[in-house]
Amino acid sequence: MISLNVNGIPRRIEADAATPLLYVLRGELNLNGAKFGCGLGQCGACTVIVDGSAIFSCLAPVGSLEGRAIRTIEGLGTADLPGPVQRAFIDEQAAQCGYCIAGMVMRTQALLEQRPSPSDAEIRDHMDPGLCRCGTHMRILRAVRRAAGYLAAAAGSTGQRAAR
Amino acid sequence: MNLRRYAAAVPLAAAVVSLNACQLSAPPADPQRAAGQIAAAPSAAAPSAAPSSAPASSSAAPFDAAEVARGRDLAMIGNCISCHSAAGGRSYAGGGPIRTPAGTLYATNITPDDETGIGRWSAADFRRAMQEGIARDGRRLFPVFPYDHFARLRSDDLSALYAFFMTREPVRATAPADELAFPFGARGLLGAWNALYLDDSPWRDDPARSAQWNRGAYLAETLAHCGACHTPRNLLLAEDRRRAFAGAEVEGWEAPPLKGPAAGPRPWTGDELFDYLRRGGNDAHGSAAGPMLEVTRNLGQAPESDVRAIAVYVASLMDAADAAAAEPADADDTAQRRGATLFAGACAGCHGADAPRTLAGRPPLALTTSVNAASPRNAIQFVLHGMQRPPGERGSYMPGFDAMLTDDQVAAVLAYVRARYSPRPAWRDLPAQVARIRDGG
Repeated sequence: MISLNVNGIPRRIEADAATPLLYVLRGELNLNGAKFGCGLGQCGACTVIVDGSAIFSCLAPVGSLEGRAIRTIEGLGTADLPGPVQRAFIDEQAAQCGYCIAGMVMRTQALLEQRPSPSDAEIRDHMDPGLCRCGTHMRILRAVRRAAGYLAAAAGSTGQRAAR
Repeated sequence: MNLRRYAAAVPLAAAVVSLNACQLSAPPADPQRAAGQIAAAPSAAAPSAAPSSAPASSSAAPFDAAEVARGRDLAMIGNCISCHSAAGGRSYAGGGPIRTPAGTLYATNITPDDETGIGRWSAADFRRAMQEGIARDGRRLFPVFPYDHFARLRSDDLSALYAFFMTREPVRATAPADELAFPFGARGLLGAWNALYLDDSPWRDDPARSAQWNRGAYLAETLAHCGACHTPRNLLLAEDRRRAFAGAEVEGWEAPPLKGPAAGPRPWTGDELFDYLRRGGNDAHGSAAGPMLEVTRNLGQAPESDVRAIAVYVASLMDAADAAAAEPADADDTAQRRGATLFAGACAGCHGADAPRTLAGRPPLALTTSVNAASPRNAIQFVLHGMQRPPGERGSYMPGFDAMLTDDQVAAVLAYVRARYSPRPAWRDLPAQVARIRDGG
């Protein structure tokens, strides 16, 4: 039995400690946002956030993640109530097939939590490990910039509340 | 960089204090030299503060195109752009920090800008800087700039380099002030340092060797300044010639020994070295990383015959024999199982025996230098930071695991990898080493 903290909720799962988190998220926990793109840490479709950093869940053995704070796109909002980053991606229509997008959103979330006002160069540098085969890169970059604005507005209007 | 470990290395007349072996860090990234530092009260004869000749006019006759092209080839071999450009900055405009045991320096702007670069430098000024370490205004340069290697460059090569640099795009930029610990910041002591360590005898080929070997020796020892990273340094931060190419620590990485036996089970051949230097990796030994990555990127743009020559020379330094097989050390079973589990989940996808990447020709871990080296430093760097390439550029990409794995987890994986893939003794004290390297030590 392995205890995980996923989107703030304690979950106990039965899995071999070497199993990558991606398979547990999708197979055990029904959190299908993160996608299998390559299984090699080369495409970013599986990206989730662990302790504030974007990581490739296809390379994260669950046995190493006990006690760490795991966040997936499902934790940022829902279809009816999307979070600020999701809303920015929707407003910029950044998804074409959508396969890369959950990973892009999580990558963006991790960036903006650490750097609320990144430069264009910093955005490109940070988003670089995420691949998009449909070619919506320019929309994705605009979505990141828009998300920075939405998060800043949310932080401003709610005072002390952390921009999440 | 821990300055507390260094007592003042006093001028030569004073007693030398005992220090830990200190090793100069890698070739600098981009330094911009500040105008501020004046030489300490010169006791030895100070170089003339006046420029050695009239300033080069910006409307001087254009340089010969063939000479500029030759200078460009030489600059690729010299890896000048690596130190003299800042991350995200303009080429050769200086500005990035260079960490050394003595403190942090910033390399200068060597574009032909009249005010902030070398626009007013004559060929003689350039030669004096490259071979004596003296700037146009008479200021001594720190031998972090490897003028102790360039001192033996041939005259026509210096002219070609001058032609190349004087035809670059001028950029107006000034470096931050150097931050060096006493007494390393005292430029006045450098005259004495040069008297001890500067060899400016003219280069002589070895008649017993082939033309190709001699070309490689000349380039490696002078322009490519390989020893500046691969040779350990003494207390006064000069290369220890008795231990030439014995390996050294450079900007967090280990520049492996180039003399003696290879770390891995197979010795390097000249062809494998050529492949490594040109492409940034070789399937029988591993990938270039850390400061060496940019070296190989630039050598990939240098003339093929010159890179071949360097490979021939370096191969001649290395032992050709296979490394003696060693008994694998006993491994702690619990730690090994933990490491095996982590490896299976995090690494085997690319590095396992039947993984696609291994089958496609990436070096099996058992052959690589970093897994077999005496120090785990490079292996730790790879696991923590992966292999990055600048955004948009081609090249191998390995994700870093610094966000995913704790120090203990990195140590467990590496202990497993060492035991599983190398016949050499187990690395000691891995968790502490991982923690230190993660912190930039």
